[in-house]
Amino acid sequence: MSGIKVEGLAKVWGDFRAVGGISFETKPAEFVALLGPSGCGKSTTLRLIAGLETATSGRIVIDGRDVSDLPSAERNLSMVFQSYALFPHLSVSENITFGLSVRRVPKAEQARRLARIVDLLGLGTLLSRRPSQLSGGQQQRVALGRALIAETPVCLLDEPLSNLDAQLRSEMRNEIRSLQRRLGITMVFVTHDQTEAMSMADRVILMRDGLIEQNGAPAELYEQPASVAVARFIGTPPMNVVDLEPGPGGATIAGADGPPLAALGDTPLQLGIRPEHITFADEGFAAVVEGSEYFGADTITACRVGAQRMLVRTPGKPSLSPGAAVKLHWPATAAHLFDRDTGRRRPDAVLPTQQDTGATGESL
Amino acid sequence: MRAGRLAGSRNALTSALLLLPAAVLLWVFTYQPIVTTVIDSFFSTARGRRPSVFIGSTHYETMVADPVFWKALVNNAIYAFTTIPISMALALAMALFVSGKLRGRGIVRMAYFTPTVLPMVAVANIWLFFYTPDYGLVDQLLRHFGGGGANWLGSKETALGALIVITIWKEAGFFMIFYLAALQQISPTLMEAAALEGASPWQRFRRVTLPLLMPTTLFVSINAVIGAFRLVDHVIAMTRGGPDNATVLLLFYVYQVGFGYWDTGYAAALTVVLLAMLALIALFQFGYADKRVHYR
Repeated sequence: MSGIKVEGLAKVWGDFRAVGGISFETKPAEFVALLGPSGCGKSTTLRLIAGLETATSGRIVIDGRDVSDLPSAERNLSMVFQSYALFPHLSVSENITFGLSVRRVPKAEQARRLARIVDLLGLGTLLSRRPSQLSGGQQQRVALGRALIAETPVCLLDEPLSNLDAQLRSEMRNEIRSLQRRLGITMVFVTHDQTEAMSMADRVILMRDGLIEQNGAPAELYEQPASVAVARFIGTPPMNVVDLEPGPGGATIAGADGPPLAALGDTPLQLGIRPEHITFADEGFAAVVEGSEYFGADTITACRVGAQRMLVRTPGKPSLSPGAAVKLHWPATAAHLFDRDTGRRRPDAVLPTQQDTGATGESL
Repeated sequence: MRAGRLAGSRNALTSALLLLPAAVLLWVFTYQPIVTTVIDSFFSTARGRRPSVFIGSTHYETMVADPVFWKALVNNAIYAFTTIPISMALALAMALFVSGKLRGRGIVRMAYFTPTVLPMVAVANIWLFFYTPDYGLVDQLLRHFGGGGANWLGSKETALGALIVITIWKEAGFFMIFYLAALQQISPTLMEAAALEGASPWQRFRRVTLPLLMPTTLFVSINAVIGAFRLVDHVIAMTRGGPDNATVLLLFYVYQVGFGYWDTGYAAALTVVLLAMLALIALFQFGYADKRVHYR
């Protein structure tokens, strides 16, 4: 079975390092998302795997075969391009069978495989149309069909949903996911949309500045972010990250009176708490409400704690007006500690008392 | 209502006035001459005190019996059927060459385009020296291979061919510009997709590039046809139709009859035939080929 192994992959253009020597491995039939802000090197990584760019250094192994020096046609993979790259002069069926026809697959075999793809993607009524006569979603399906008909064990998708409207996007999200499960192929897709990555992928590889920030299951990225960058990238609204400063018994939120939250170390720390993990309670950090946004199912309230600003997500309608004094409470397990200088996670800075009392958070 | 109608008619008047200068120019210099030419072709040429009289299709009957006309027609056909495909193929090849990654691409492009910028008369004079027997460039080169001594423009067998070479040399660079522009319109992602699907460079050209260039090919071919019947500067400058009418082209013959022999009536008839032929070819190109061309 087929997985992709990438070792020390780097791509440098002049002074610009697009991909800075990354390594990761996927399991067979895994759905992997390359996630990150624009310019983080995720698309370049995909193009390197596809063989559309030549790597400056590093190895790419697909299905146990080193393909680093092979042209893209011989890497035994297919790809869906962001712009779909359908041939405008060919009909839908000619577009889908283009690869088979240039590889001189017998006509009968082409027809058999086309029928299967048409069935799979529901393209039956569109076969004789030209790409210009199709809607965005239909073009997306045709592009997918052209990739899947090759029956390669690896399929790469470059921002497959970015050109679709919101409604269609969620439909295609489910469709692509279920296709991948049914066909049992490895899919690697590039996206800048964290909800897309979180909801579709078995594994998310979050990239920043050409390097992998974290590589893990969606739940891992959410629950155990390896760095401030990951913490701020995953989740809507993003995680609150506030500066801590030394106080009696340990570090606490800068400018606020409150119990110690972390052990004092030699480097400054930051505290991260997701807005959905904070509640308004009788006991806790004193804060002042600054304003709130109502989203129907929940409300996001902005609060000032000392010199820092924190968002709180609570279910239902807002009940607090600006200026109101509140107390913020969160379970100790919801608190993440990061090094302010490196941005990396600092599990060692957790106070012994917090570890002892566990999830109750009573030490607050 | 009244005000509206008034404003409407004023609008119409304004637009008519705006169109007037262009319409007048077009009529005076294009359509009126065509109409006059057609009418003149049915009248005899006025000579001295003999005025022009209606003679019906006499000029056309003369034409059918005129060996020089037939010679010009055949020459023009050979000229068109060689210069058009060769210059277009060359233009495409040059465009493909200079659209790729290439050191000094700008210089090569300019070099290819230079012949187009030069006036045909200047080109003709330069090539006159190239073709000069014995000490011309062509003969000097051929001498190294044991050839030479041929009078390229002076012998019946080679004169038309010599003109064809000049035309290809001059036209290919011009057509290249159109192909180059069209090639740059083709998304590189399409080529990447084709390569990823396993298409060889030849297959990519044959199955993606060439079909996507079809609108340009049609446009260029129409221009090439018109050019093949329109460009006679080099005939006038180099051979004057000789030797023994070996290089007479239709338009040159029209010029010769009209302004050499001053038989304007017959020249008008020849022009009408030339125009009709061009119109027929253009109609065929648009009507037939257009259906087979894919527009984005």
